[in-house]
Amino acid sequence: MENFTPMTGLAGGILIGLAATLTLWANGRIAGISGILSGIIFPIAGESQWRALFLLGLLVGAGLYLLVNADLAVDIQASPLWSAIAGLLVGFGTRMGSGCTSGHGICGIARLSRRSFTATLLFMVTAIVTVFVSRHVISGGLQ
Amino acid sequence: MMTNASAARLTIFIAGLLFGLGLTLSGMSNPAKVIGFLDVAGAWDPTLILVMGGGLLVTLPAFHLVLKRPEPLFSHKFYLPTLKGVDSKLIIGAILFGLGWGIAGFCPGPALAALVTLNSSVLIFVGAMVAGMVLHRLFVQPD
Repeated sequence: MENFTPMTGLAGGILIGLAATLTLWANGRIAGISGILSGIIFPIAGESQWRALFLLGLLVGAGLYLLVNADLAVDIQASPLWSAIAGLLVGFGTRMGSGCTSGHGICGIARLSRRSFTATLLFMVTAIVTVFVSRHVISGGLQ
Repeated sequence: MMTNASAARLTIFIAGLLFGLGLTLSGMSNPAKVIGFLDVAGAWDPTLILVMGGGLLVTLPAFHLVLKRPEPLFSHKFYLPTLKGVDSKLIIGAILFGLGWGIAGFCPGPALAALVTLNSSVLIFVGAMVAGMVLHRLFVQPD
């Protein structure tokens, strides 16, 4: 467990929780990133501005971290082809399943939604099995 | 004095900013770290549990309190998911999402945050993710 970073992990998680709480408390919206992004691609009248501002804030927040630390590690082991396949699956799957890690995992579970408990369990288990197969069963991985 | 509309815009931007800081500080914008969590048979890195745990530590009590209020601060109602019950779309969608998440180590929020690095694989993943959302709209849920 040499890569375990509990303090920054917990602090980052608390920031994400505060962000989701502020979104619901102030604006009455769910901070689910796949839903917010999809709402920008397929705009509904009066529902685009808050989504654009949230995503702008997300990029500014990540940019601030990058500026302050002079680095943001993004180590992608999947090849460009596998990255594209993964992106298609994530985009399609999150819309079909009505949410991702934030909408289901952070917001939905907090609302005690049965759909979100189910979705979170399913995507976690599927991802763990996928990593097991790609790392320990297929030799060479997803290069 | 700030109007309600501008206060709403400012808070949603700040919420996005906190979200972006949380994703980057926690290390979740690095796919290698997420894969390190999903790889239970490898050099396991449990950080992601603390990120989700930290988020839920805030949202579980806070959502309960916020949703007891008659309405949000700057809006007339809470915009909550209306679908109830587990259906096949939720199940298949969550599994497809988990497959993509396991292949690349990216879910939507971290992938958008990682855009600030201008890493070419991130651009490929996000482009494909948008394409996946478009495909879903065209073939599964056309208006």
